[in-house]
Amino acid sequence: MVSKQPFEAVVSAHGPTVLRVCRAVLGPVDADDAWSETFLSALKAYPELPAGANIEAWLVTIAHRKAIDVTRARARRAIPAGDLPEIAGTTHAESDDDLADALARLPDKQKHAVAYLYLAGLPYGDVAGVLGGSADAARRAAADGIATLRRTYPGVAARKAAAPKAAASKGETR
Amino acid sequence: MNTNDDLISGLARSTDAAPGQLTGLRARLADAAQRDGILDVAYRIIDSPVGPLLVAATEAGLVRVAYTSENHDAVLQSLADRISPRILSGSARLDNVARELGEYFDGHRQSFDVPLDWRLSAGFRSIVLHHLPEIGYGDTASYAAVARLAGHPKAVRAVGSACATNPLPVIVPCHRVVRSDGSMGGYLGGVAAKRALLTLEAA
Repeated sequence: MVSKQPFEAVVSAHGPTVLRVCRAVLGPVDADDAWSETFLSALKAYPELPAGANIEAWLVTIAHRKAIDVTRARARRAIPAGDLPEIAGTTHAESDDDLADALARLPDKQKHAVAYLYLAGLPYGDVAGVLGGSADAARRAAADGIATLRRTYPGVAARKAAAPKAAASKGETR
Repeated sequence: MNTNDDLISGLARSTDAAPGQLTGLRARLADAAQRDGILDVAYRIIDSPVGPLLVAATEAGLVRVAYTSENHDAVLQSLADRISPRILSGSARLDNVARELGEYFDGHRQSFDVPLDWRLSAGFRSIVLHHLPEIGYGDTASYAAVARLAGHPKAVRAVGSACATNPLPVIVPCHRVVRSDGSMGGYLGGVAAKRALLTLEAA
């Protein structure tokens, strides 16, 4: 029998990454609940998880489902005019603020692909597994998401060049 | 992908946890797990005059006390293997144990009344351990005397190995078992810890 590490060690090793993913996908307000529900579900199912399973991908999969639940619940109670007003203005630096805002406004699939690929560091295959499509589709969604974010967040080089806003948002696609 | 490093760092910064956020979430998780009945083993590390003690409890009661000499990580792994990997720190389950141990080390408590889960000891060793609380606070008994208590006067060596593998040291007082000549004999927490406990109880 391959022994399974105490769940406390799983929380220590993956808790920060899962919280980051929850914050990226849901914003800071709903992230706490999603994190809690993710780890509570994971703890329940942990004894049955096959030994040698990729724990991080497993946790992100659970977090993904919880996030979808939260998003649906949020849509049900949303006021018609509100486009995620609670997301803005909760992070520190200004440009990161804009970035968080832009991330929140991405289509869900792109937002999820960017979060799982770049913040959780999962390989394309695992991201596809979580999202339920092909690796190519995951790659495209992530690339499209990054391209959109790039327009919001021109980067150091672009800022130095002080490129006019209109030109920057038109040209930069990678 | 390198060209997006600044963007990814920005995303990482904008999703950084707030200070103390994870600590709060982990405490909440342990409470929720306890509430849902899926916290099979709760544990805590308690500072004591004989060094940090790991205390672990199932729903049934205190199941393990371990000195650092036993390697706490290894002890937790063995709890995961033998009982369940559903192990978390930080629940309120150990509050009474922590309080009673604190009172004991302050000299204000002579016996423990927290519920015990004996599942980690079996057979003759378990019989021996069940008799140890009969040796009162401040007293000692020889390995031979404990063998007689346990109904097997010749099993002196088995008493020694029962003490050496006691899953609940301090609480189940194997430190009160000494050699017939009055010398201390060994101790799973180290001879210095045994001496410290006997000195505390003699005060």
